Amino acid sequence: MLKILKYSFYDLIRSRWSYVYFLFYLILGFVLLFLNNDVSKAVITLMNIIIILVPLIGTIFGVMYYYNSKEFIELLLAQPIKRSSIFLGQYLGVAGSLTLSLVLGLGIPFVLYGLFKSDAIFDFTLLLVTGAFLTMIFTALSFNIALSNENKIKGFGYAVLLWLFLAVIYDGLFLMSLIIFKEYPLDSFSLAATMFNPIDLSRTLILLKLDISALLGYTGAVFKQFFGTNQGLIISMLMLVLWTVVPIWRLVYKSKKKDF
Amino acid sequence: MRYLLIYFLFFNTFLSAKTIPICSDCEVKLVSDGVRMASDFDTLLIKKGTYKEFNILIDKPLTLLGENYPVIDGEDQGEIIRIVSDNVTVDGLFIINVGTSYTSDYAAIRVVKSENYLIQNVVLEKLFFGIYLEKSNNGKVYHNKIIGDAVDEYNSGNGIQLWYSHNVVVDRNIVQGVRDGIYLEFSDNVTINNNTSANNLRYGLHFMFSNDDVYTNNVFENNGAGVAVMFSKRIKMIGNTFRKNWGTAAFGMLLKEINDAEISGNTFEENTIGINIEGSNRIQYTNNNFIKNGWAVKVLGACYTNTFTKNNFLYNSFDISYNSRLNDNVFDQNFWSDYTGYDLDKNGVGDVPYRPVKLFSYIVNKTPETIVLLRSLFMDIIDFSEKVSPVFTPDNLLDVNPLMKQVL
Repeated sequence: MLKILKYSFYDLIRSRWSYVYFLFYLILGFVLLFLNNDVSKAVITLMNIIIILVPLIGTIFGVMYYYNSKEFIELLLAQPIKRSSIFLGQYLGVAGSLTLSLVLGLGIPFVLYGLFKSDAIFDFTLLLVTGAFLTMIFTALSFNIALSNENKIKGFGYAVLLWLFLAVIYDGLFLMSLIIFKEYPLDSFSLAATMFNPIDLSRTLILLKLDISALLGYTGAVFKQFFGTNQGLIISMLMLVLWTVVPIWRLVYKSKKKDF
Repeated sequence: MRYLLIYFLFFNTFLSAKTIPICSDCEVKLVSDGVRMASDFDTLLIKKGTYKEFNILIDKPLTLLGENYPVIDGEDQGEIIRIVSDNVTVDGLFIINVGTSYTSDYAAIRVVKSENYLIQNVVLEKLFFGIYLEKSNNGKVYHNKIIGDAVDEYNSGNGIQLWYSHNVVVDRNIVQGVRDGIYLEFSDNVTINNNTSANNLRYGLHFMFSNDDVYTNNVFENNGAGVAVMFSKRIKMIGNTFRKNWGTAAFGMLLKEINDAEISGNTFEENTIGINIEGSNRIQYTNNNFIKNGWAVKVLGACYTNTFTKNNFLYNSFDISYNSRLNDNVFDQNFWSDYTGYDLDKNGVGDVPYRPVKLFSYIVNKTPETIVLLRSLFMDIIDFSEKVSPVFTPDNLLDVNPLMKQVL
């Protein structure tokens, strides 16, 4: 598995896309800090970008990479290698290189602008950790979609739809249900609903570190009580891990059964 | 200055006024004995030491002057100093352990139906009520420090309380850890300047039925519910700072049934709600800074002909929140950090009007739980569409001349 991971990782590093992605975040980080010159404010702007862009790129890139390397996978399948290690290696190669681009691309400018001296270091670390998780989650989901769909167009369509659903439509449905059932106590429902969407979960997690004063209004206190404490942080992190592990597990399971 | 003059006058007219020293080795060992022996306009010089006394009744014009902060320990027995005479000065005392009662409001210093009093440089600790002015006009409470240790609202008192007391000056006091820092009821023409009121259980400053009062350059920080101004007319609030009043029902300032007030040059920073307005009319808001609040201004209804001009709204989660579609208030020439318009003719005024009420704030008003969707892409999209064609928010609520640069 490690060997395949290495191959796909190097393959991606050699291809221009990782660099483009890395450079994009590098430039973004520098520009944000240049315009703001305030590390903690830049973190807020970054959050908006990370929760939208990272899942999108993870999804598209994952689908694209899978379809592209399909022939290579078929070649590998002919060799006496375990299927799970082929697919896991491929997946970790993509997710790993994307995560690396993200972490390095954003990390370098922030470190240069004196992150270690700023008190935003915890917020920033949280931002990068959730960014990394989102990359892992959405790459895994897109691999699943690609594996289940032979038709490329269909696969792309589903992948984009998945992103659209989790980034936008889910919130819309969530909002509607909150408005319709507003007569009922909704605190635990809304807590649960955020848990079931990795984008919402990341957003809430970061937001409670940043926009605290607004969220402390009536219901905000409930969320603060949950997400603000260490226990809430641990549960949310566990949820993100679960969101990563389940698609990977399904990937391995499906790949074993699939008839190529 | 006026008070100083009065004192010089007294010293010149009553040359016979003498000084009675009080200490553990002196002839007079207790403050209450000193008061009994003194004649009008004498000075009681209380030397350093601890005096275990309570219910000290001052019924003649005296000056109680503490040297190096003598301690008057009430041993939780009851009220400590009660002033029932005009022209009394209390200066430089350290009063601790005021009794707690559920039937009478024991205070460290209570002034009853007296005039021309001066209470200054007093330090109060472990108190129930601090300085209680009751039907006493024309006095001054200056440079005192009140540090309470209140835990529950029901068994704690207020730092400085004015009840039917007009023309009083409350200046440079520090009040913390009591129920209400400064409380005014039926007190007109009161001036409250340069005070710091922080970490109080309920309100930093609490106004009830008090008209024509002015408060300037005070700092209200981290109070249970901020500052409440209720049922009063013609109040001036200038240059105050309201900071970090966080909590489920906390606000920088609550205005309820306030008419014809002037609110200018204040800073509201990091409060859950900057100003909460209810039933308040004809108020001028100018040159205020609203920085990083959850809601900068929350309008709850029945607020007419208020004008907001030249204010800075910086990085608030919501700038203005309305709970109805009706608007009779004017927003003009404010700076909004969320403004995205342009200024082609470069006159410093944006060419596109700004809509301070977001659809999201309307939704949050209706269903508070939706706050969990703050800053999500979906919310941004519907906010944008509402901005383009308002359906739910008051469509005449806009700042036609939003400024491009911050008001200094």
